[in-house]
Amino acid sequence: MKKEKTEVISAGIDMGTQRIKVAILKDKQIIAQTQNFVGFEPTKAAEQTLKDALETAKLSREDIQHITATGASVNMAPFADSTISMMGADAKAGAYFFSSARTVIDVGAEDARAIKCDETGIMQDFVVNARCAAGAGTFIEAMARALEVDLEDMGTLSLKAERASQINASCVIFAESDVVSLIHREEPKSEIARAIFDAMAERVASMAHRLGINKDIILVGGVAKDVGFVASLNRRIGMDILIPKEPLFAGAVGAALIADKRAKRKR
Amino acid sequence: MENNKKKQEYWRWLEYHSVMPGKDWRNAEVLTAGVDVGSVGSKAVVMADGEIYSWSVMRTGSNSSDSAKKALGWAMENTGLTLKDFNYIVGTGYGRVNVPMANRAITEIACHAKGANYIWGPSVRTVLDVGGQDVKAIRCDANGKVVSFLMNDKCAAGTGRGMEVIADLLKIPIEEVGEVSLRVTEDPEPVSSTCVVFAKSEAVGLLRKGWPKEKVLASYIRAMAIRMSELIEKVGCEREFVITGGQAKNSGIVSRVENILGVKRLPVPNLEVTGRDPASAGAIGAALFAKALHEKSIRR
Repeated sequence: MKKEKTEVISAGIDMGTQRIKVAILKDKQIIAQTQNFVGFEPTKAAEQTLKDALETAKLSREDIQHITATGASVNMAPFADSTISMMGADAKAGAYFFSSARTVIDVGAEDARAIKCDETGIMQDFVVNARCAAGAGTFIEAMARALEVDLEDMGTLSLKAERASQINASCVIFAESDVVSLIHREEPKSEIARAIFDAMAERVASMAHRLGINKDIILVGGVAKDVGFVASLNRRIGMDILIPKEPLFAGAVGAALIADKRAKRKR
Repeated sequence: MENNKKKQEYWRWLEYHSVMPGKDWRNAEVLTAGVDVGSVGSKAVVMADGEIYSWSVMRTGSNSSDSAKKALGWAMENTGLTLKDFNYIVGTGYGRVNVPMANRAITEIACHAKGANYIWGPSVRTVLDVGGQDVKAIRCDANGKVVSFLMNDKCAAGTGRGMEVIADLLKIPIEEVGEVSLRVTEDPEPVSSTCVVFAKSEAVGLLRKGWPKEKVLASYIRAMAIRMSELIEKVGCEREFVITGGQAKNSGIVSRVENILGVKRLPVPNLEVTGRDPASAGAIGAALFAKALHEKSIRR
């Protein structure tokens, strides 16, 4: 008997505030993941990122049956067939990576979210912070600049500290001034770095607590790659936190899963 | 050094100190001082029998107690005054517990209300204090006693520090931002971000869109003024209304807050002649409290 071609190829594009991420799935298996900085022309960057992903997957544009966009600048990807909220995409991705996921925490460059989901990855509730930089990746970037440390080294540096410095961590701008004073006082940079991660973890955890934390907790978003933040969040929440291999792409994968579903519905 | 000179720091505001002409502290019965160690500026005021004798306004360094010593030292410079001459000293402000020569610490909210009452008289009912790292709206009675207050000290939005950040970004000296922002014929929409970090990115975006600097500045200051006005309205704006703190000099903020509230603030007295400086309101209040506390201790 001749086997009918039933494979579904879908793509998700996550238009973040700092980076654009694309994931291509073939029958829900990730076959390509690419990312670029947003830059000054988000739409062009989005097209380029998709092109890069197609190249990696050795596919052409026509092979993709459905593209779903998500992210802060979702409207800057006009070529997408549909859109999904960032929370919806995160919930879907969380359950995809770990079927035990009930709480998904996403910490991006300029915002952070906590999402409650069920075993099928349907979002049930969420809390968002997008109004204050002190609870997002921008905080680490600004502090790395103030400390004159490479952003990538902030995490490992903070792990060397056994205590944290005292800083006004309610605001990035105030923390910047504090860091300058601390450097003058010759406090170890590692302890300053730890104070920054602790402060961020505090904000993110209190946001998640407002929602109510159910096991298992999944951490995604670009900041999930930072070992310093993860250590602080672990200490603060006191529960194990699961992190997928490529946390930066969670939103894109979630959107691609939605695209897969929508492609099948169309048939 | 060469390099430091080349890089202009636009946020850096001017420090100043002075002694009231024609006065001699040696004729005074009671000498008191108020030292207000703010997060950004440290202010000291010396009072002879409850009248302003000398003052100083300077930037707070990384150490609160050093800043307190420096500020008071600068206010005492060339006067022949020594610390032993003071009957009572009160510390206030963010670093008030670290004022080593102070006999007592009093909150800056009480001091600002008291200071505003001294600067403008008993008709003052609402004080907006725009400090380096906080904004306070204070309601007080005819004696300068605090009736109620609201403050934001968690976030740089609407504070002097936030203004410094934007001045630096736009490369406009902090003393000129107010005036420059008023060069627009009509106020643009306020920046949509509350957070100064995000507002900064938004401002960069506006510049890239071709907005002139003064329009970007007007957009930022408008957002600041809206935030401040909301704080004042929450506490209730009763006349007379005054503005204290470093940003009392920022005409861009003052005129916008006045427009939004529909109330004019009382004008700023001439510093040279009266020594009454809105930036030093906290230190003035502290020096007045010092006098009252000294008199109370004698009566006992």
